[in-house]
Amino acid sequence: MRIAVCIKRVPDSGSRIRIAAGGLRIETADLKFIISPYDEMAIEEGLRLKESSGAGEILVISLGPADVQAILRQALAMGADRAVHLLHEGPSGLELDGRQCALALAQALREEKPDLVLFGKSAIDDQNGQVGALTAAELGIPCVGEVVRVEWSGQKFRLHHQLSGQIEVVEAAPPVAVTAQKGLNEPRYAGIKGIMAAKKKPLVQVPAAVGSPALELLGIEPPPPRRPGRIVGEGASAVDPLLELLHSEAKVI
Amino acid sequence: MSDINILVFLEHQQGALKRPAKETAAAARGLAVHSGGKLGAVILGSGASRGQCELPGFDRIFLSEDRAYDTFNGEAVWGALAAALEEFRPSLVLLSASAVGREIAPRVAHALKTAVAADITGLRLAAGGIEVKRPIYAGKAIATYRCPFPAVATLRPHAFPAGGGDDPASSPSQATVPVTVLPAPEAGSLRLQVVETRTAPGTGRVELTEADIIVSGGRGMRGPEHFGLLEDLSKTLGAALGASRAVCDAGWRPHSEQVGQTGKTVCPKLYIACGISGAIQHLAGMSSSKCIVAINKDPAAPIFQVADYGIVGDVFEIVPLLNEKVKKYLHEPVSAP
Repeated sequence: MRIAVCIKRVPDSGSRIRIAAGGLRIETADLKFIISPYDEMAIEEGLRLKESSGAGEILVISLGPADVQAILRQALAMGADRAVHLLHEGPSGLELDGRQCALALAQALREEKPDLVLFGKSAIDDQNGQVGALTAAELGIPCVGEVVRVEWSGQKFRLHHQLSGQIEVVEAAPPVAVTAQKGLNEPRYAGIKGIMAAKKKPLVQVPAAVGSPALELLGIEPPPPRRPGRIVGEGASAVDPLLELLHSEAKVI
Repeated sequence: MSDINILVFLEHQQGALKRPAKETAAAARGLAVHSGGKLGAVILGSGASRGQCELPGFDRIFLSEDRAYDTFNGEAVWGALAAALEEFRPSLVLLSASAVGREIAPRVAHALKTAVAADITGLRLAAGGIEVKRPIYAGKAIATYRCPFPAVATLRPHAFPAGGGDDPASSPSQATVPVTVLPAPEAGSLRLQVVETRTAPGTGRVELTEADIIVSGGRGMRGPEHFGLLEDLSKTLGAALGASRAVCDAGWRPHSEQVGQTGKTVCPKLYIACGISGAIQHLAGMSSSKCIVAINKDPAAPIFQVADYGIVGDVFEIVPLLNEKVKKYLHEPVSAP
């Protein structure tokens, strides 16, 4: 099975986000970058499918500046076979809209002819949550979103995804695109052996064909400050005053 | 400004529009007041024709009552929506940022050669397009984008008012609204087949991102066996149950209940955080809630910095008491506590 996994480099979820002067980008100098957590699950699922079917190749692709090669190496260390880096000089990961990302990824994937293309359901930075489905549409293959379980019968995928309290199981023959939702798996850590092996695995850099933007970023601002809160009290005696406040001040019950 | 036609995709349950769908319809109606264009709606599945009764001010309804739409097959829904797009030719397509909306919106964007303005919390018309606000980094920052027509946006549940029947003047006799019946999906031609539907683990009662009230638990709950306390309180309040990352990673609660930057971003009317210390990635996912209550025994917990109301105390003492008092209060609302 030929599996492609598209991954994005994002600031760690524990990061404080500082907006740069001018309000059109964020300060990236002090940020710790990681593989977006849902994308890491996509890699893990690809590895498991390859391991359980006993054959196949896993290609990882990432779009972004030279630094994204670090996460591609990390994916190779986890067990992916080769990597393609689509070079685009945007330091933060907010520079491209969903369509631009999808066009560049589809261009690279077209000649690879994967049976399965895996994505995270959303990157935790811009939270666009559309690149998987847009790339699939561009490739002309179906996409199943926010999947929590993947089964492969040898001919078809059975994909479990959650929609407002319901789990639906969808069957699809390859080629198909899938986006990973929390609960799909627990990604593995790359061991020393994997890290050493990754250094020798092929990593190719090609320019990204992103086209022109569809959406224009006008500005980034901090969230509106919350009204200062208060400690209503300590222990059981605080419950009555709390209910009174929720009723008459906040008017939520 | 030339006429701007707006098409909305509305989810419903047996003909009753879901709350996020009402919000989406109301937002579209609000824009149409300024744009002067026509308003169209797409409603699919059993009861769809009843849903149109909740749509005062709409000019065109595209619907199918076919049962094939009662389960969600992205390919089938896209087929129907594509037919409506072709006929209505909207400048703007609005959907709810629900699981279904998130999956379908990119198909629309692809057809219109644009990107989705996803999970927006603010929307207004701008010259030749829309201007939207959307949280990024799970709400650690807010970005403003301009999206030229044709544009596609998904609206975050709870971020827009649901409106209602408050505008009788704009409510024409429904018989005059032209209805186009969309075709049933051609089963043989679909590349996806829905083969099974079952209730998700967890409460399954109220979807987290659509809930008005969320009762959420953290490590302070000390173990999965104590979440019954939170389930009791959430039942009393008609709330959804949420959890912190630590709790989901430990396997105490299903991942579908996780609130935070690597889980769900929520903005309910009321968020009650029980035994949650308030890691930055959790705060990012819930700090846009309208009212936040924190119950934690550590007065220095960061959760108190975003809470409107805090109680310093033991969740095992406070939560059952709160449940009891809320129950009593809901039964005799006249004698407020």
